[in-house]
Amino acid sequence: MTMRTTPTVAERTWARYTPQQRWKRFVTLLVVVAAVVWAVESIDIIWPWVWDAPAQVGDLFSRMVPPDVSRLDAILWALVETLNIATIATFAAVLLSLPIAYIAAQNTTPNRFTLWLGRFILVSSRSVNTLIWALLFVAIFGPGVLAGIIAIMFRSLGFLGKLLGEAIEEIDRRPVEALEATGASRAKVVLYAIVPQVVPTFFAVSILRWDINLRESTVLGLVGAGGIGVILQGAIDTLAWRTVATILLAIIVLVILGEALAAWLRKKVI
Amino acid sequence: MSTSAERGAPSSRRHWRKPPFIANPLLRWGLVIGVAIYAVWAISILPFDLDRISQGMTRAARIFSGAFPPNFDRYELLIDGFLESLQIAILATLLGLALSVPIAFMAARNIAAKPIYLLGRAIIIVARSFHPVIVAILFVKAVGFGPVAGILTLTLYSIGFVAKMLAERIEEIDWGQVEALRASGTRYISVLQFAVLPQIMPRQIGLGIYQLDSNLRASAVVGIVGAGGIGSTLMNAFGRYDYDFALAITMVIIGVILVSEAVSGRIRRNIG
Repeated sequence: MTMRTTPTVAERTWARYTPQQRWKRFVTLLVVVAAVVWAVESIDIIWPWVWDAPAQVGDLFSRMVPPDVSRLDAILWALVETLNIATIATFAAVLLSLPIAYIAAQNTTPNRFTLWLGRFILVSSRSVNTLIWALLFVAIFGPGVLAGIIAIMFRSLGFLGKLLGEAIEEIDRRPVEALEATGASRAKVVLYAIVPQVVPTFFAVSILRWDINLRESTVLGLVGAGGIGVILQGAIDTLAWRTVATILLAIIVLVILGEALAAWLRKKVI
Repeated sequence: MSTSAERGAPSSRRHWRKPPFIANPLLRWGLVIGVAIYAVWAISILPFDLDRISQGMTRAARIFSGAFPPNFDRYELLIDGFLESLQIAILATLLGLALSVPIAFMAARNIAAKPIYLLGRAIIIVARSFHPVIVAILFVKAVGFGPVAGILTLTLYSIGFVAKMLAERIEEIDWGQVEALRASGTRYISVLQFAVLPQIMPRQIGLGIYQLDSNLRASAVVGIVGAGGIGSTLMNAFGRYDYDFALAITMVIIGVILVSEAVSGRIRRNIG
């Protein structure tokens, strides 16, 4: 592309990328190819199983039709239980995340120690998956809904606290200063200057998390923490594939309804 | 502030009151009462068993005292598990990215015919509705324990997310280039290749890097049901009551996730 190599306009040819860009693209491609080759070469795969996979998956599906609806009552009750787990856990997590967001936001935290405490709580809650939390709480509280609720609550805390904390950090300082200038107490500053600014984020984030929690609570039962996963696991273990099909359809319906409700609430509230 | 009684009062006696969050009082109190009834009902059917919980506390003490200090003696197992997770994540991301392109084309309203659009959307909805763990269980039953089930699961998981985002991007493309190519009599496939694909590639690369990070996270979980990777290592440690090794694995998972999140965020900021 430099002028020295192409002295006359007539000799210049159009190229989409500069040589430097071309090198970058080439190196990136090389890295990707190397990663794939490494992964395929060294992964512990039994290749005959892979070639057999489409037939096996097809066989599994053929065993699932037609769905068996004889246990529909139990499935519907488990769906209600799943919904309850997600909803109660979201409510509890929302309430608990408020003080954590308050101390994890740089502009409202009382001092450095609380800032780091808040951040530590958020990071540890966020990095451990719901199922791993559930494993722990099932070991502590025994199998059941309670372990599931607490597991989802622990995971949601970090998510809600982080997003709310970021919203608090982005608020307009001026209402806060105006209230402080009138001599308002700290509680009143929070209530009248900070809360109104973060309320939209608060609702958006809570609704989003409820939607995510609904999906997550469908699998909690697989480690024994209540909800529809318990009967799903039972049906899979007894190879009752036609019941499994009904449960899977029920989960799809629940998740789609949940997503629709979340979208409607978002439009209504915000 | 607005009721007639207050408006009649002299201005010095008027008092500002915070406007209620929901203006309609019927709806407001209805919602409050509804939520309260739901909360009481939902909590009342919870099987609270105080005996079990107090037993649980001693059990928790045993787990935690067994978990400290974390035990890194079997670091080889840990590293092997992680490398397998990384391999699963890489292969699933690439497969997912490749497959999500045609599905996204199918699921974009502006370039696909109506029946194909509905089919594409249905694929995305099904792929998104199921938590990867449920998919993993089914694949483990179908193709056996190990990384193959993990790769298939995470491929489906990637399709659900990437194809959805990509289809939304296709619906927002600059239509001028498509019209220009159509005016020159280009075939439909070539229009997609030269007018649509270049416009969505930057988004696809960004999504790919995000999804790699996301798959690495998810591969730690699908392993719990036997789909290979570090999750299987964790589950084995937990099942054998090796709580100290399980804590070590969990700590390494947290560390790797934080690093991978930071790296992926940085790359996306640089190319975005």
